[in-house]
Amino acid sequence: MALFHHSVSLDKSKCIGCTNCIKRCPTEAIRIRDGHAYIIPERCIDCGVCIRICPHKAKKAVFDKFESLPKDKYKIALPAPALYGQFENLDDVNYVLQGLLDIGFDDVYEVAAAAELVSDYTRRYLRRTDIPKPVISTACPVVSRLIMLRYPFLGEHILPIKQPMEVAAIEARKRAMQRHPELKAEDIVVAFISPCPAKVSYIRSEGADSSTNIDYVFSIREIYLELLAVMKKDKQPAELSGSGRIGIGWASIGGEATAIMNDKYLAADGIENVIRVLDEIDNGLLENLDFIELDACNGGCVGGVLTVINPYIAKARLHTLRHYLPISQNWANNDDAEVPAEYLDEAEYEYHPVSVLDQDRETAIEMMNRIEKLKKMLPGNDCGFCGSPTCAAFAADVVKGQAKVEDCFTYLRGEPLKKEPADDSQ
Amino acid sequence: MSEDLTFSYVVDGDNFTCAGEASSAVKKQLRWLGFSPDIIRRVSIAMYEGEINMVIHAGGGQATLTVQPDKIVMVLTDHGPGIENVELAMKEGYSTAPERIRNLGFGAGMGLPNMKRYTDEMRIETKVGEGTTITMVVYIPKSV
Repeated sequence: MALFHHSVSLDKSKCIGCTNCIKRCPTEAIRIRDGHAYIIPERCIDCGVCIRICPHKAKKAVFDKFESLPKDKYKIALPAPALYGQFENLDDVNYVLQGLLDIGFDDVYEVAAAAELVSDYTRRYLRRTDIPKPVISTACPVVSRLIMLRYPFLGEHILPIKQPMEVAAIEARKRAMQRHPELKAEDIVVAFISPCPAKVSYIRSEGADSSTNIDYVFSIREIYLELLAVMKKDKQPAELSGSGRIGIGWASIGGEATAIMNDKYLAADGIENVIRVLDEIDNGLLENLDFIELDACNGGCVGGVLTVINPYIAKARLHTLRHYLPISQNWANNDDAEVPAEYLDEAEYEYHPVSVLDQDRETAIEMMNRIEKLKKMLPGNDCGFCGSPTCAAFAADVVKGQAKVEDCFTYLRGEPLKKEPADDSQ
Repeated sequence: MSEDLTFSYVVDGDNFTCAGEASSAVKKQLRWLGFSPDIIRRVSIAMYEGEINMVIHAGGGQATLTVQPDKIVMVLTDHGPGIENVELAMKEGYSTAPERIRNLGFGAGMGLPNMKRYTDEMRIETKVGEGTTITMVVYIPKSV
């Protein structure tokens, strides 16, 4: 956890210290300090909301540059299904996959194909009666991180199967070694083409303990531009695609959930909705459901901040694209409910609370008392001038020694802060 | 030396959808104080059930939560109809909730029993026609 690597970061030269991001961050992870935004790493869940809303483009996602792909290796592209929704008038996925070969990849393995395997194993897993339900999908890394920070009892509900991009990486490597027996493992590099910074953070952080099989992460936005240059309709692409409706459906909200082929599911998108649903599950109010799909972005992965096209337009395009495809082209290769060991998600979703005031209970209580008193003195208008998202957050920042009361605008304007209630002061 | 920490919440009796707000707020406060997930869960469930009861039966009320290093005390006060037969009300599955409330999925007769189950002490003071005050205590083991 200490090694958690964030993709979302700040371009200080562009940040003018406005309050847009601090007000919108769903985990109150941003403060304005010394005229610039500061992202508190322990609180950030890489949802990308700040990237989307920053009017000065000062928030960015860090990912690999396409030119960094080594020329001398066997390079496999793993396109996220959201990539297919970016192109106008696309009627065949093969144009995109051929395009990936044309821009320099040696091979392509669709994440949509791996998603169909994950769907099949999920259906089998859900038949088990000894598992805590509802089972929560891990496909959106923002959600699993949020669970670790806030929901200690939901860790055991997380689907213990790797996300499609990781399964794709495993299968892509296996297939490459079969087709090219001369290749050694170290000759192969696998690059995921990502719709969002959270996937980048996930891969980079997992990479610290080498449990990921993905070597590079490029943004859909960058690869899209590369592809536009080579995707011409004048030549017939090779038959490269091997996924169906289910796999491509994973790109938008509800795709993964409907693929469990069982009506007892819930699919929610948008970080605010995601938090509300997790609160409900945590309160034990959603026990009659089997499966929960949660996507931090509006519309699902097609709404990721590294995509190009509006998520709803992308979704409409995917509908057209899926129309003539078979339901699924990838199935689990065993009949029992066992998930192969290599697909098992070994990550531990251990509870990491971030907001504890002090490890010593008495000190924490004393601090909380000071916070509550200060809160009553502040204007309560949540103006954000001080650099904290709300007056309540500011009060906590002051007591934690991370801000000064003098930063309050009402205070600066020379207006007296509200009087502390007399009965509390003794 | 440390002074008690007290939070007060008004439970709005007119708005069914607001029930649970105090319980959510409590969860956040207790997380800040570093209580274990188990303690947080017990307190928030007890608080939630209490809130719902006040909304269903008493048209709302007042909730306070006092945190001390060794215990958490919840006091829920309302000026509702009072409880006629406390012993009966404590029985699992016994409910006086009206049909329309049950249709909403509440009123399963688990409120008071759950409040008792998840807390270490529970005291009910009630007077028919005047209201009810429920005091619940959760003790904090030294290590959590």
